[in-house]
Amino acid sequence: MTGRVLIADDSVPRLAPHVRLRYDEARSRWAVLAPERMLLPDDIAVEVLQRLDGQRTLAAIIDLLAQEFQAERAEVRGDVIDLLQDLSDKGFVTA
Amino acid sequence: MTVHPPPVALLCELTHRCPLRCAYCSNPLALEGASDELSTGEWMNLLDQAADLGVLQVHFSGGEPTVRQDLAELVAHAAGRGLYTNLITSGVLLGAPQIMALAEAGLEHVQLGLPDCEEEGSTFITGFKGGFARKMTTAQAVRDAGLALTVNAVITRHNAARLPRMIEMAVDLGARRLEVANVQYYGWGLKNRAALMPSPDQLKAMTPIVQEARERLKGVLVIDYVIPDYYAKRPKSCMGGWGQQFVNVTPSGTVLPCHAAETIPHLSFDSLRERTLRDIWEHGMAFAAYRGDHWMPSTCKSCDRKEIDWGGCRCQALALAGDAAAIDPTCVESPYHATIRALAEAEAEAGSDAITYRSFTLPRTA
Ligand code: SF4
Ligand code: SF4
Repeated sequence: MTGRVLIADDSVPRLAPHVRLRYDEARSRWAVLAPERMLLPDDIAVEVLQRLDGQRTLAAIIDLLAQEFQAERAEVRGDVIDLLQDLSDKGFVTA
Repeated sequence: MTVHPPPVALLCELTHRCPLRCAYCSNPLALEGASDELSTGEWMNLLDQAADLGVLQVHFSGGEPTVRQDLAELVAHAAGRGLYTNLITSGVLLGAPQIMALAEAGLEHVQLGLPDCEEEGSTFITGFKGGFARKMTTAQAVRDAGLALTVNAVITRHNAARLPRMIEMAVDLGARRLEVANVQYYGWGLKNRAALMPSPDQLKAMTPIVQEARERLKGVLVIDYVIPDYYAKRPKSCMGGWGQQFVNVTPSGTVLPCHAAETIPHLSFDSLRERTLRDIWEHGMAFAAYRGDHWMPSTCKSCDRKEIDWGGCRCQALALAGDAAAIDPTCVESPYHATIRALAEAEAEAGSDAITYRSFTLPRTA
């Protein structure tokens, strides 16, 4: 049994095995497909999820987003951690 | 009328053959025989049509889908079309090599049915000896193959007291997701309802167990909880709404809005052997019959939950209220609501153990 994953700055978050982020052509939107569940991520979540490459640390992802969207780093950090911790607790993301 | 958006999920009942004879099986009483099943080519053609139409997920189910020798081939075909693939299985026919082959074919996820956390109860409910041990081996092999595992714990009056152990078992088996699924009463399950229905006290005990486990296992195991809707105040959102998201194909290629839809006698259903999936989805009589709110009784039409539960389940409305266009009797707004609950309580109280096990030949009393 493995314990709960806590998303921290040095975590390397990625989509859990068997979770797929895919563009849904028929409905022109993004979808996260997981075992018997589907999630419709909002635009911000899509931006975050697309940057989970299994290499970057959370800190690096936050830097990247803060820079690209010219946003306050602390604010980005809070939002990204909230999002990824929630997705991790629901089994969509691992680290 | 505007063309309806495509379904999200396709459920392929690859076969009705199954070595188990579960008392709660939701397959129809009149099972389809092996000789009527779609061929490999016909299933592949359906998967292509589904991908073209906009389906995202495919569930391979049955019966026992692993009876089909071409399962890995079909999984590979679906995965090749970018479809997310899930196998719904009892796990009793699967060896490690087959599971590995399915994983290599691109299978993502296995949903394993768990009728009990012990041999005796498992045999009683499935009418199949030795199944329990095989399920345990299968779960391990699924994990070893790197596949995602969901355990589907089917709750009845007989195993409700063992729910805590079933939850621990799901964790030990390495599942990331557990469905604590009270039986839904369709097909054989409806026929055996009196032998399966839990009591209100059992239900009352279950809820805090699930809540406690959810809290304790946060981030380890996701628990979905399906209550027996005879005891509910509001109906479940059956299939996310009739003809809204979901399409079911029977072994012989009949296309249904839900697996139990054939119990509604005035509907006529189309076959993939005669029409395309898109044509049936968009224009088929059975899909149009209860899609949206045009058919709804006024209570539902003016209710703010109408796009949440879509008036509940049509098959249950027919079975329990005698009219497929009635409010689902599990809703408090239904005039039958109190009767249905009393019926469930009385059946639980009577405690009959008489089970008609699933079989291809209908028992004479049916
Ligand atoms: S519920 Fe039982 S009998 Fe029915 S298909 Fe599943 S394993 Fe077979
Ligand atoms: S009245 Fe109809 S729409 Fe409203 S909750 Fe009951 S079944 Fe659902």
